[in-house]
Amino acid sequence: MFVILLGLCPTLGVTSSAINGLGMGVATAFVLIMSNLVISMVKNVIPDKVRIPAFIVIIAAFVTVVQLLMAAYTPALNEQLGLFIPLIVVNCIVLGRAEAFASRNTPLSSIIDGLGMGVGFTFALTLLGSIRELLGSLSLFGFKFIEADGMLVFILAPGAFISLGFIIAVMNWMKRKKRTSTH
Amino acid sequence: MEYLIIIISSIFINNIVLAKFLGICPFLGVSKNTSTAVGMGGAVMFVMTIATIITYLVQHYILNPFGISYMQTVTYILVIAFLVQVVEIVLKKVSPDLYQALGVYLPLITTNCTILGVAILVIQNNFNLFESVVFAIGNSLGFTLAIALFSSLREQLDTADLPEYMQGIPAALITASILSMAFMGFAGLV
Repeated sequence: MFVILLGLCPTLGVTSSAINGLGMGVATAFVLIMSNLVISMVKNVIPDKVRIPAFIVIIAAFVTVVQLLMAAYTPALNEQLGLFIPLIVVNCIVLGRAEAFASRNTPLSSIIDGLGMGVGFTFALTLLGSIRELLGSLSLFGFKFIEADGMLVFILAPGAFISLGFIIAVMNWMKRKKRTSTH
Repeated sequence: MEYLIIIISSIFINNIVLAKFLGICPFLGVSKNTSTAVGMGGAVMFVMTIATIITYLVQHYILNPFGISYMQTVTYILVIAFLVQVVEIVLKKVSPDLYQALGVYLPLITTNCTILGVAILVIQNNFNLFESVVFAIGNSLGFTLAIALFSSLREQLDTADLPEYMQGIPAALITASILSMAFMGFAGLV
């Protein structure tokens, strides 16, 4: 779950609704898996000194692929996520896994690592998006439960910070409870 | 007048950290005390202004004429990574004092999404070169303001008596939320 803290900008920026969080999560997971795969395959060819720029170029190439695919097949979502799609390049998770895992392991285990990280990130984004959408507009994935206005502040910027703050606090609290109960 | 509006709106109304969510990682990471926060702000301003000028020129004189604007992301990130290296080397030779002050923050800047974000926003908003420079300066001032304000709040937060599970990141995020609410008060200023 701590993947959420490595990719904070998109985490906060795109999660104004559950569907946006899910879309962003899937896009990031795709980039993560593909770049992990390619980097683990070419790791022996790349000289050690230029490995970070080389990784960034590989990641940027896959981000461009995602950008073009989304513009073609999901134009509405693309419009919503806007700036944050190209910004997957500078998402710390992707480069972090490339450097820490894919550059040392076999292609197969790198794919599995990318998949695990990607699913975790997608889950976290969808959770945050659902909470914000539920509180902000009383709906989930676009389905409205009650015909009333929600607390608009949760859709806006402050809501993102405060929801994430409380999610992490709850996670810490559960972790501590587990620790004390096993003693 | 138009330039003044760009500056004010990018510092206060559309603050890059608190309203657009760019640069959250350094915002939380480097904001433990005010002097490092201001140092980071200075480094960002330096690199952001130069990066915006160069990516603007690259976009309009290389990518657009050859019809390869879909290469935007790849080119920009390479330009930024390259630029950070160059700035680091040049600063070391030309102004050791400035290098001492900003040096440690420079490598962190490549993965700071404000730089790439502003470079792309400038193209999306169809700014001309001078407007782009003003936009970059305004946004980096906004970043510095947000991170400096936040770091002074966090210095106070360290001494506060909080439950264990609220300490650190959760308390920081909730503080950021209140700061962001305060900045929403500027909406409608221009």
